[in-house]
Amino acid sequence: MAELSAPFPPGDYPILVIGSGPGALQTSYSLRQAGIDHAVISADPSAGGMFRRWPFFQRLLSWTKPFAPVQRDSRAYERFDWNSLLTDDPGLRAIQAEFMDGTSYFPSRPEMEANLAAFAERAAIKIRYDCRWTATRRLSTAEGERFEVETTDGVYTCTVLVVAVGVAEPYTPPGIGMEHTHHYADVRPVESYADRRVLLIGKQNSGFELATGLLPWARQLILVSPSRTRLSVDTRSLVGVRARYVQPFEDHILGGGVSVLDASIDRIERSPDGRLTARLRRSDGGADLALEVDEVISATGFVCPLQDLPDLGVGTFGASRLPIQTPWWESSGVPGIFFAGTIGQGAKGLQKHGVPSNSGAVQGSRYNARILAGHIAATHFGWQPERRVLSAEAAADLIAAELADAPALFHQRAYLAQVLSIDPAGGFRDDGVQPLAHVLDAGGADAVAATLESDGTGAIYPVLYTRIGGRIVEQAIEPDALLRYDSADSRRVIAEIVGRVSGG
Amino acid sequence: MVERAELVDAIASFALFGDLTGPQLEGIVHLFEETVFSEGDKVLRQGLTGSAFYVILDGEAAVVVDGTERARLGRGEFFGEVSLMLSESPIADVVATRSLRCLMLAGPAFESFLVAHPRVMYRMLQAQARRLRAANRWRS
Repeated sequence: MAELSAPFPPGDYPILVIGSGPGALQTSYSLRQAGIDHAVISADPSAGGMFRRWPFFQRLLSWTKPFAPVQRDSRAYERFDWNSLLTDDPGLRAIQAEFMDGTSYFPSRPEMEANLAAFAERAAIKIRYDCRWTATRRLSTAEGERFEVETTDGVYTCTVLVVAVGVAEPYTPPGIGMEHTHHYADVRPVESYADRRVLLIGKQNSGFELATGLLPWARQLILVSPSRTRLSVDTRSLVGVRARYVQPFEDHILGGGVSVLDASIDRIERSPDGRLTARLRRSDGGADLALEVDEVISATGFVCPLQDLPDLGVGTFGASRLPIQTPWWESSGVPGIFFAGTIGQGAKGLQKHGVPSNSGAVQGSRYNARILAGHIAATHFGWQPERRVLSAEAAADLIAAELADAPALFHQRAYLAQVLSIDPAGGFRDDGVQPLAHVLDAGGADAVAATLESDGTGAIYPVLYTRIGGRIVEQAIEPDALLRYDSADSRRVIAEIVGRVSGG
Repeated sequence: MVERAELVDAIASFALFGDLTGPQLEGIVHLFEETVFSEGDKVLRQGLTGSAFYVILDGEAAVVVDGTERARLGRGEFFGEVSLMLSESPIADVVATRSLRCLMLAGPAFESFLVAHPRVMYRMLQAQARRLRAANRWRS
């Protein structure tokens, strides 16, 4: 239970944000920038979310480059710093780089936790810690629908509920003998696996992370899942096992003792004398296998701890039980409930060419949270952001500059778009950065939306979408290896496309 | 949300996967991604690049060309394969007419998936042959 002096005692608030990880911190900061009153509660004792505990081997998959081609206090530096939260205050920018000790450009878990705690402290984000969300109810009132949120400290009511609790609940799928496995979240100190035969269920990053850490300890490592291993260097995207965890795969293909199998678990049996046997059914056409092992670890992922939200009508899908969401990260089933942080990956966007958004990681979800805060402020609380009106020429200049420089477009490819729409009084109105799926499907005034995209070939290139008379047309611009999309050539193409929208 | 084992049971009854073994079906459930669309959401967008292949698990979708509905698709049916095979943008929107749950395979993985699963490719060819025959009957 939180101390009496803690902020946000139970009561009525316009918005209640649940969580204290990156998603909640970014949402709270951005709501405050828009001047919107809100409360933040968290079951944890301090800021950091999942980074207070994981990754197990204590180093992240997302990099921060202390030395980059641009100034550390600039917005453009966000492209090279995937871990710091967003702010317009240069003094609060790029906090992660301060905590890097030079041993890796992937921050350690404690460095990431320190980054988030420092942001919370320096930006004076107020959070009521040790306050656990336990139940939720929908209330119909004269002013409209509200939410009643029960916690260990008492009852909160709010008009808008923002859930930012991560995809953090360990999940082991049902199956015969799965009780003999232990989850990624329950892995013991690595020395305890010395000279052991370890079967790892799951061939995604968490499985390969464990395999990498166990390489110097385990006698035998077997990684198993029904589909083939994909590597990010092959998919030329963040889909697949990341480069730094590929060592077990190399060991496998060089016959070093690690085995990577395409098979499903039929059952796991423990004999009366304690021997553990995993029976596997191959999905690659090979013969079924019975493997005697000492340990079985389930690297089968995490699910969203949504408490009772499904009972309220929040639909979920997929292995991670992500909530079904609109492009603005609002529950499709229960309007007024929004999701920030990694849960926002349930708003899939277009996934063009099979490339997902980066909403499942801080480098992408931090932009979603900032946009979400503005969206909630505008749609529920009458906030009106300043919108510039630009000439067609200035609009083309803005698009060229943003394509070359805007980290939101860089990190959230084919997912977030810089939007400029025709203003009834003339010129283009800067509508800011919005979810691309919304821009394409919502209709409205003639407009142009600019994104960066990639197609699995390794190229990163701009795509402009025009909406003229309701009809959407897509036009890609030739890739430039150095991403110089503010060059005279790119600027000319952009101006021509913008001219079609303005009729000029 | 359903467990993977339930998804395997579900797709085992689909004609497209009718020749596959249990482990192969599990491999498909692992390889494909479950995705959900609300009523009115666009799954495929006419003229836009980078689309994917979808198999409907539950729900219904309309095939809409230039604003005119041309067909309805339901459980066990699939779409998106033509544009992937031809490396062209879809010539229709596919829009969820009610809550729609699909298995999705990303475009870049489509060819290698078919080559690795020739029985699925044959079943897909059969479905295309039926569509072609129906179109020819309609014309004649």
